[in-house]
Amino acid sequence: MNNELLKIEKLSKNIRKNILDMAFYAGASSSHFGGALSIVDIISVLFGNKMKFNNNPEWPDRDRFILSKGHACLAYYAALCEIGYLSSEELKTFEKDNSNLLGHPVINRNIGIDFSNGSLGMGLSLGIGVAISFKKKKKNNNVFVVIGDGECNEGSVWEAAMAAAHFELNNLNIIIDNNNFQQTGSNNQIMSLKGLENKWSSFGWNVSMLDGHNIKEINDYFKKDNGNNKPNALIAKTIKGKGFSFSENNNDWHHAVLSKSQYEKALKEIL
Amino acid sequence: MEVNERNIKMWSTIGSRATFGIGALNLATKIDNLMVLTCDVSTSAGLDRFRKTYPEKYLDLGIAEQNMIGVAAGLASEGYNVVTTTFAPFQTARCCEQIKVNVGYMKQKLCMVGIASGLALGNLGFTHCCIEDIGILRSIPNIQIISPADSLETIKALTAAVESKKSTYIRLTGSSNNPIVYKEDYNFKIGKSVKLKSGSDISIFSTGAMVSTSLEVAKKLEESKISSNVINMHTIKPIDDEAINDAALKSKLIISIEEHNIIGGLGSAISEQLVKTKNNVKMLCIGINDHYVKGGSYAYLKNRYELSADKIVNKILKNLE
Repeated sequence: MNNELLKIEKLSKNIRKNILDMAFYAGASSSHFGGALSIVDIISVLFGNKMKFNNNPEWPDRDRFILSKGHACLAYYAALCEIGYLSSEELKTFEKDNSNLLGHPVINRNIGIDFSNGSLGMGLSLGIGVAISFKKKKKNNNVFVVIGDGECNEGSVWEAAMAAAHFELNNLNIIIDNNNFQQTGSNNQIMSLKGLENKWSSFGWNVSMLDGHNIKEINDYFKKDNGNNKPNALIAKTIKGKGFSFSENNNDWHHAVLSKSQYEKALKEIL
Repeated sequence: MEVNERNIKMWSTIGSRATFGIGALNLATKIDNLMVLTCDVSTSAGLDRFRKTYPEKYLDLGIAEQNMIGVAAGLASEGYNVVTTTFAPFQTARCCEQIKVNVGYMKQKLCMVGIASGLALGNLGFTHCCIEDIGILRSIPNIQIISPADSLETIKALTAAVESKKSTYIRLTGSSNNPIVYKEDYNFKIGKSVKLKSGSDISIFSTGAMVSTSLEVAKKLEESKISSNVINMHTIKPIDDEAINDAALKSKLIISIEEHNIIGGLGSAISEQLVKTKNNVKMLCIGINDHYVKGGSYAYLKNRYELSADKIVNKILKNLE
């Protein structure tokens, strides 16, 4: 494995460790554990190699990141800590009274959170506004929006899907966390997605599908340029709760309390 | 753009929607980062000239209001001064949660213009009338709400809202041949009501197209020797507390008149302040009495809801007995 991939892999381990810490400190208030773990490897490539940013969270020339599936914020906060925007101490305030780090992201540009999210189906529209603005200002930046597969139940996602292709926003990239689960069951039980790839492609997007935990595949994907004017959708096949034996593909971990013994067991599994 | 007699007459003739289009066109000459977003209603919102003259400042999002608000917020986050517009029900209720999260909670600054609010589209039924918008948006923090009394005030409100650092919803009522309330230029300030007529007995607070009706009501009441204050509450949020306190001290009856449900609108906003005052002055809320009826013309519906000047006068007289 080359240095680039080793760096991303190390980041993904650190992010998982941070997630464990936050979930543990959250105590009885519990946290959205499973859906955060499924996006860790995607987030690791974005923050570890792909996205443009520097040590100033408000640097005007930074790429923009929007966590439309805002409940997965454990992974987001964990990454913001790894890039130096948040301290480990601040992570411990997750979901505490008057915290900057609630159970869904709250806009706070000082710490690298550009938008509030949490109500599903809204992030892509924001991303379109930003992508249009980059085009108008002739800025060479990209917008990255992480969307849940369950989130694709929301009609507003498809309003935005239509518009992004209409405006030819090839600087707009979505990553669909296709872990096959939503809050109370599998996609197929609750609202089947039947041909998600075809849906996005028929809406006028470049669509790719890959293993959302294979860092090399994700990294290679973000290196290629599709060379057309379509927005880009990556359907990442992921595993909800990825990384820990007790949580993988176990939807009880959608929103759950992490006990001390589970925490300790999980720490060992990271190594 | 000059405020003169000729323009005031012309704006009145074309109505508040088309006047909004002229106002936007004028702002585009002065504000570089202006963006106007619509949902397939450019003609209805008087924006055809704007669309052709400033294509780079115009975006049509298609019939997708939830997406429009999100895109507008995204543009605002990158420094654009964004105006959104469509028919009032779709500008408010259809995308209410997007407004709550993006505009209220996240404080992305927008100016949202709801066209043809109230009863003006009565022939089209209550999918297109809008008697709920003030109530819906008043409960969301960080949004100013303005309902201009006539076409000149539409221009004034739009300019003030675009220049304001806070988000605003502008509720456009009335139709073409909008009665003129302001015959000449005047000072408009968001949150500061305008006393159009002074009187000693009662105070009539009104907003939107009903301001002109309220002046008519006051005139008719003079025949019964009742002297009225008429106050144009162009801003419903933030409400002008001082004007309400003053009326509570000096009037034996306070009246609100609006083309909106009596729940949640101007009358509610005034009464929320009135209960804080010491004076136990009676209040009469005139508006749409929390029910839908069969549709019909604007005039028919105003009559049906007892919003004609004569019917309002009768109600006031009864309350003064």
